[in-house]
Amino acid sequence: MGNKQTIFTPQQLDAYQVGHSARREAGLFYRYHNLAPQLVPLDYTSKPDVKLPYELIGSMPELKDNPFRQRIAQVFSEDGEGNMTLDDFLDMFSALSEMAPRDLKAYYAFKIYDFNDDDYICKSDLEKTLNKLTRNELTEDEVRMVCEKVIDESDLDNDGRLSLEDFQHMIVRAPDFLSTFHIRI
Amino acid sequence: MSEGEMARLMEEVEEKKKLIANIRNKPWRMKRRLEHLKDAQQFVDKFEGALGKGKGRKLYAYKVMMTKKWIKFQRDFENFKTACIPWERKIKEVESHFGSSVASYFIFLRWMYGMNLVLFGLTFGLVVIPELLMGLPYGTIPRKTVPRAEQDTAMDYSVLMDFNGYCKYSVLFYGYYNSQRTIGFLKFRLPLSYLMVGLGTFGYSLMVVIRTMARNADVGGGDGEDGEFTFAWKMFTSWDYLIGNSETADNKYASITTSFKESIVDEQENQKDENIHLRRFLRVLANVMIICSLGGSGYLIYFVVKRSQDFATRDDLSWYEKNEVEIVMSLLGLVCPPLFETIAELEDYHPRIALKWQLGRIFALFLGNLYTFLFALFDEVNAKLEEEDSIKNATIWAMKEYYANFTAYNNDSSATAPPINPADIIRGPCWETTVGIEFVKLTVSDIQVTYLTILIGDFLRAVIVRFLNYCWCWDLEAGFPSYAEFDISGNVLGLVFNQGMIWMGAFYAPGLVGINVLRLLTSMYYQCWAVMSCNVPHERVFKASKSNNFYMGLLLLILFLSLLPVVYTIMSLPPSFDCGPFSGKGKMFDVISETIDLDLPAFMGTLFSYAANPGLIIPAVLLMVLAIYYLNSVSEAYINSNNELKKKMQMQRDEEKNRRNNTNSTNQVMKDLEDLLPNRSLAPKAPAESSADNDQGGKPAKVTGKPGTAATGVNLQKDVSLASPNPRIAVTHPPGPRGPGPLPGAETSRSRGRAQPSRN
Repeated sequence: MGNKQTIFTPQQLDAYQVGHSARREAGLFYRYHNLAPQLVPLDYTSKPDVKLPYELIGSMPELKDNPFRQRIAQVFSEDGEGNMTLDDFLDMFSALSEMAPRDLKAYYAFKIYDFNDDDYICKSDLEKTLNKLTRNELTEDEVRMVCEKVIDESDLDNDGRLSLEDFQHMIVRAPDFLSTFHIRI
Repeated sequence: MSEGEMARLMEEVEEKKKLIANIRNKPWRMKRRLEHLKDAQQFVDKFEGALGKGKGRKLYAYKVMMTKKWIKFQRDFENFKTACIPWERKIKEVESHFGSSVASYFIFLRWMYGMNLVLFGLTFGLVVIPELLMGLPYGTIPRKTVPRAEQDTAMDYSVLMDFNGYCKYSVLFYGYYNSQRTIGFLKFRLPLSYLMVGLGTFGYSLMVVIRTMARNADVGGGDGEDGEFTFAWKMFTSWDYLIGNSETADNKYASITTSFKESIVDEQENQKDENIHLRRFLRVLANVMIICSLGGSGYLIYFVVKRSQDFATRDDLSWYEKNEVEIVMSLLGLVCPPLFETIAELEDYHPRIALKWQLGRIFALFLGNLYTFLFALFDEVNAKLEEEDSIKNATIWAMKEYYANFTAYNNDSSATAPPINPADIIRGPCWETTVGIEFVKLTVSDIQVTYLTILIGDFLRAVIVRFLNYCWCWDLEAGFPSYAEFDISGNVLGLVFNQGMIWMGAFYAPGLVGINVLRLLTSMYYQCWAVMSCNVPHERVFKASKSNNFYMGLLLLILFLSLLPVVYTIMSLPPSFDCGPFSGKGKMFDVISETIDLDLPAFMGTLFSYAANPGLIIPAVLLMVLAIYYLNSVSEAYINSNNELKKKMQMQRDEEKNRRNNTNSTNQVMKDLEDLLPNRSLAPKAPAESSADNDQGGKPAKVTGKPGTAATGVNLQKDVSLASPNPRIAVTHPPGPRGPGPLPGAETSRSRGRAQPSRN
């Protein structure tokens, strides 16, 4: 644990500690560095501006099998394209960790499933989600029926799409949500 | 600075401090978080010093510094604790291959290991080690020596395997401990410590289980009913983000697709008319059959235990006859659950409900078996107690005879007789050690059966399927028998019941906790290996979702049920006269009154005697009953007020819908007029869509948990959609101040109130 002295200044360390434990974040930093050793310097005291392209993030073993990995990277990246700085990287794994509170996870889950980024999960978002989940194995009719049922069940303000409140109201009652929306690293 | 200003400043400093503490819960970008943190910290640093001006400045600064150091120490301690958690990588590997439900078993196993480790530390540190180090060594007193008659066979392997011979007269069992009030130069009170550790085991376990249950209850999500959000939950929570393996991912895709198809078919079939009478009859029939088998298994165990008591009198026993009880109990545990599952096919329940019934039935089976075993054991204990009376007289008589003979042969009456060799003294039957031996044998045979089952049922099966597949007519891997799936509920129940047996037996066999710790440790490695090499991920997609607290609830129940026999024996059965730390006393808890009389100052003795007065205890119990009644009625009142608020919100929402309906009609009129003007998008999409949705009748009242907050949130959204695109319509509400998008945790406290406060 002494190595982190050479990576971050004490102020940076103190600040980062608000997000995670020091050991975890040192481990996460080494994971980030190992994705592209020639791009990521070992010394972060000068706050270098390093961004890793999406392809490297998406090929991590924790993410490579996830059908939503591109959306996850886009949601947590600064530029919205999936290219992540170290801050984004730490953010992502902190929000997806066991310790993150339920509301935080619900918020980010909403952002991930909102494919067109319009702050609502509309029918097309639902269709895209479903097709990613089933790898296009369901027929058009079945997809349409499921999306209608979902909106039926969760849309409280009756505008035909899920707002953040609708989504949160539905997801915090789900018994599996916390255990499935979780990446261990 | 005036008092009021100082107070206000202090409040602001406190707020900033709270912000710093909660900053990790806010869903901001890291950069934003860092900026806010820097601002807050600068503010706190600048003004905290200023606040200290005047009286007590140094004290205030000192307090602040100590608080900072304390927080830092806590954080470092947390980091250290996280680093110490064992097997993290192993569990992660299992998780990424099999999903979180299988891994939850291993996490439960690890938790049990931790709890048992603490119990082991207590028992060994406070009971076993003092007796070993400071008590009399082996061979000095009768209870610590193998009797002369058994000495030839004491070292035989078969005798040791039965926990007789040297095993029986060792620290493992109750009978070894001496009843001397204090031992060693430290004046360690062993009998008192033995009793306290025995009771403290239960107390600690109770505390730990209830604390874990309370923590899980928060996570469980409370009041979600089955079927309320079926499709929504399937869509958003079925993908397991922990999966890190492409084969598992393929399985997961397949099972999600199947699950969706099943739900779609279910949905379409819901209108079908079912024959309710046939279903009820079948369910009653199934329950009758299961009760019959439960009764049958209980009787079988009773019969076998009675037979073993007859066997105890004979000497020429085969291995089977000696271990018949344990074999029968383990076999029942293996055979009955699949039998129950087959019978349950008649009932035709939803899989989640069927699983609950199955678990309940297996629980009843194990419980019945355990208690039948206990009752049979009690018969044995009573028989031993009777035997003890006669032996006690015989021992005293033999002693008198020995001394009389000695003085008769030596005319010199001043010489004192040498003490009898401890191996020769007649021994009492020592029922506590017998009970301890029974529990240890049961635990060991349970371990053996579990490990053998895994070896044969999983490993051998996998080997056969893999290698016989090359020369077999049908595909062994796809059809029967194929690879085994990991049986989560069976394993968890096995663990829970094993722990129940440990709790029951630990008082009579202090070494049992050590055996259990070893067992859990090896289990972890063995089962991790077995699951990774022989099992395949589950095909069915649903999980027994709230099962975390369900298993904890089972554990709690087992804890109470294993507490009962131990407390009963402590309170009512007399301890053996010549073995164990309570020998010579009338009841085991006499040790406590003895300690109070002799060791504690006099006034404490009188205090305890007052506290134990029934006149004091009965009012205390009444008070507790009243408190429970009061809390119950208060919670009922809260539930009622909750329902009232829900109804109110639903009414408000209906009002909004109606108002939008009216607005919609005016919208159309305005729209026609607008069409004459240059192209401008006017009618917002939301009302148009909602008018279609209004036809869906009978939407049940679904509301957020926090009254008052969602109402404002809902209103605000309507305002925006009304106000912005079509200003010509009479705006009934002014658009409220909107924060930057629907972010929970934005600065304004209003929008913070919208999302539920983080329950951490």
